[in-house]
Amino acid sequence: MSVLASLLTALPLSVADPRKGFGDTLEKPEEIFHSKCVIGSGTFCINRTGILLFIVFAVLAVILIATTSRPKLVPTGWQNGVEAIYDFIRRDIVLGVIGPDGERFAPYLASLFLFTFMASLIEVIPGLQFPVTSRMALPALLAIISWLIYNYAGIRAKGLWGYLKGIMFPPGVPKPLYVIVTPIEFAAALILRPFTLAIRLFANFFAGHLLLVVAFVGSSYLFLGNPATKAFFALTLIGGILGVGLEIFIAAVQAYVFALLTAAYIRLSTVEEH
Amino acid sequence: MPHIVWLVLGVLAAIKGSVSMIGYGLSAIGPGIGIGIMVGKTVEGQARQPEMAARLQTTMILGIAFTDVLALIGFVGLFIAG
Repeated sequence: MSVLASLLTALPLSVADPRKGFGDTLEKPEEIFHSKCVIGSGTFCINRTGILLFIVFAVLAVILIATTSRPKLVPTGWQNGVEAIYDFIRRDIVLGVIGPDGERFAPYLASLFLFTFMASLIEVIPGLQFPVTSRMALPALLAIISWLIYNYAGIRAKGLWGYLKGIMFPPGVPKPLYVIVTPIEFAAALILRPFTLAIRLFANFFAGHLLLVVAFVGSSYLFLGNPATKAFFALTLIGGILGVGLEIFIAAVQAYVFALLTAAYIRLSTVEEH
Repeated sequence: MPHIVWLVLGVLAAIKGSVSMIGYGLSAIGPGIGIGIMVGKTVEGQARQPEMAARLQTTMILGIAFTDVLALIGFVGLFIAG
């Protein structure tokens, strides 16, 4: 037992310089998310995140235009898959949450789902391996668009005053309690909703990317770094591979949740209280 | 009794690193319990009434999204406080 304990305490000392042996191939910790400029410099800098964003956009555009520009009555192959995804979003999210009135939001919700999913899935595609959604800018932009859309839908359905009244004065509350309820509801509906939409997506992929980086860099270090640690690298490698599967699942779930919550907010702002 | 007070103060003085990490851990407790109860109840409902499973699942995901707000605010607090 004491031998094991001394071995475990000795390990960190023997790996005191974790970057030795990797040379310049390994990114510094601060470069994992703030990658270097590839094109341009200063304000007009396009780094890896920007390039990956364009790749996601181009791949989605090519797939969607190629499969739906000449639709066949009986879909085959790619058209079948794309139509299945669109049908799932329309049936499950649009009709299931908003109802028949939400038909005109179906294109936005479908593109939101597909774009979020692809921008997150790029985390596990070999060679690219960086989730664009782990930088705060993209989730924040998507959340702002969703915020504008559900406010617009609410104001269009009930008028400006009716919409604000629906948010700030929920019916069935005793009059004195409005002192507490009104600020909370106002902040929850107009500030916390877009905020949490963005943070949820960002936090999931920030943490997920960090998890995969630690697992794979750690296991390659354990393999290359020190003969004593070679026995342990299989454990972290298996953990990392399981983590890849987990990240694919999380990418699908978070894209679904983002679209579902946008639909729910549209419904909450348009529905009439009885 | 005073010994314990000094002990606690000594431990607190010896803590290094980001204390806001502890704050994030504390803020994750509540949503953890809440989401656990919610998912458990949803599974119960789905077992009792399998034909409602899809609608229950949608409602559950909505409920989870409203519950984990507190943990997300804690996560942001972690970054803001450094």
